[in-house]
Amino acid sequence: MNEYKRISPSKRFLINIVLVIIFIVVGTLLTGGDSLSRASRALILQIGIYVILAVSLNIATGYLGQLPLGHAGFMAVGAYSAALFWKATLNMPTPVSIVLGLIIAGLIAAVFGIIIGIPALRLKGDYLAIITLGFGEIIRIAIINLSGITGGTPGLLNVPKYSSFLVVFLCVAATIAAIHFIMHSRHGRAILSIRENEIAADSCGVNLTYYKVLAFAMSAFFAGIAGALYAGFQGSLFPKSFDFMASINILVMVVLGGMGSMLGSVIAATVLTALPLVLQALAAYRMVIYSILLIIVMIFKPSGLLGRYDFSLPGLIEKWMNRKNKPGKEVANE
Amino acid sequence: MADTILKVEGINVYYGNIHAIKDVSFEVKEGEIVTLIGANGAGKSTVLKTISGMLRSKTGSIEFMGSSLMRMAPNNIVKNGIAHVPEGRRVFAHLTVEENLEMGAYTQPRSGIRDDMEQVFSRFERLRERRRQIAGTLSGGEQQMLAMGRGLMSRPKLMMLDEPSMGLAPILVDQIFEIIKELNDNGTTILLVEQNAQMALSIADRGYVLETGYITMSGTGEELASSDDIRKAYLGA
Ligand SMILES: Nc1ncnc2c1ncn2[C@@H]1O[C@H](COP(=O)(O)OP(=O)(O)O)[C@@H](O)[C@H]1O
Ligand SMILES: [Mg+2]
Repeated sequence: MNEYKRISPSKRFLINIVLVIIFIVVGTLLTGGDSLSRASRALILQIGIYVILAVSLNIATGYLGQLPLGHAGFMAVGAYSAALFWKATLNMPTPVSIVLGLIIAGLIAAVFGIIIGIPALRLKGDYLAIITLGFGEIIRIAIINLSGITGGTPGLLNVPKYSSFLVVFLCVAATIAAIHFIMHSRHGRAILSIRENEIAADSCGVNLTYYKVLAFAMSAFFAGIAGALYAGFQGSLFPKSFDFMASINILVMVVLGGMGSMLGSVIAATVLTALPLVLQALAAYRMVIYSILLIIVMIFKPSGLLGRYDFSLPGLIEKWMNRKNKPGKEVANE
Repeated sequence: MADTILKVEGINVYYGNIHAIKDVSFEVKEGEIVTLIGANGAGKSTVLKTISGMLRSKTGSIEFMGSSLMRMAPNNIVKNGIAHVPEGRRVFAHLTVEENLEMGAYTQPRSGIRDDMEQVFSRFERLRERRRQIAGTLSGGEQQMLAMGRGLMSRPKLMMLDEPSMGLAPILVDQIFEIIKELNDNGTTILLVEQNAQMALSIADRGYVLETGYITMSGTGEELASSDDIRKAYLGA
């Protein structure tokens, strides 16, 4: 049997970096000039934000195998943290304020992720879904009631609009890269093994407590960053943007794309964000369309459109390099 | 006299209000095969789970090679040299055979993994042929071998096997017990839980009988196998 040719990890990394740079340069040029309408520019940013939300929820849902229903809660925590920080640091150099705001948003959301992750150690399935749903609602109601700080129902206004194409898509690239690296490390294996079989993982010496909480904290961290970007994109925040339906929206993206597939989450987030905005006439029927899509996918492909397949350009190049070999029984992906 | 490697004294384990394990004490000496036999629901799996730290005892003590396991986290218990092969062939169904074995070496330094895997394959040739196969598609016997191989990857001093013969065809049961004896000959101490008392007692140095949470009898494998009570209750004679 022929040796399967592989691309070295450092070259893989290089290929991906080049891809990201090309994407960001082209995107910045496109969105900077007048070639795109305001609406399409806004749509592109929104897609970026939802991509981060979907891939971050995918950590808890796809990789750890839990079903949290309060992802918008973490997003809200990040959004308000960053917005308040940015409003308070207007005289700081803008890039510094942006970066610090993003990090703070992620970290505070991660703390909430840990608080939610701890009951998640004891609860599974429906119970965990209910507890996280409750968490999301508590956050929203707390924001309404802490109106002195958060602006309450009338909203938090005049948030600096820091979410440029560059900022949003650097965050998208960094999030995807970070999740990719973690999930392909020993730690990622540990998280996947818990999804596969908790008792077996335990008997292999995987620290269940640690990795469940870690997965929740990571999931919340990136949701917090997405929330910060959302704040810098909208320029104003209202509690109702973070209600239960917002969490469901994100969950639908993950489920449609395929739980455990990052590419699936990216595609589903893109399509589902773009659809209602592109086809304005359909906007009112969004939930109907979601439901029908979900039902169709669940009937024909219950594991989601891409199942657990993940895309990588280096992986495709490898396949092309090996195209002369007979397609063996080996399957490169999990 | 060999040293005692595992000493369990006066443990009591509860599931909520259910008192599953009642004042259980026993010991395993280095190099022995010790079996814990008993009917379904007697508490055998509960004892193993308590030793590996998945459940906790309210009383007593569990000592393994000089350190107490009562508060040790399950991952550290594995690191300390106890492998638990749980009941019901718990393999990672979507991972390949190799990836399952790698997970078994989770607590070990990466450098030794290739050699250890080679050793597992030399013991289970069937797994070598199927190294790239998804574990969920293996037969029951192969999955049991994989679960045992995965346990071996953590280089255990003591291997705890929970009903390895469950649901297997007689010819496979013979094979599995053959392998257990081989492992023991190569220096691994074995704590074997079985409902198949006859087979277990035939390879065991010593055995304990567990009934509704109590240890009711103990002795060498031969003594137990020839005891009238055991023959009536477990050997169908
Ligand atoms: N998770 C659980 N919750 C409540 N009771 C349990 C649980 N697991 C086992 N039991 C009870 O504890 C007793 C011992 O069970 P177990 O250790 O599994 O027995 P064995 O392995 O000998 O068949 C049984 O009465 C069983 O019903
Ligand atoms: Mg049992």
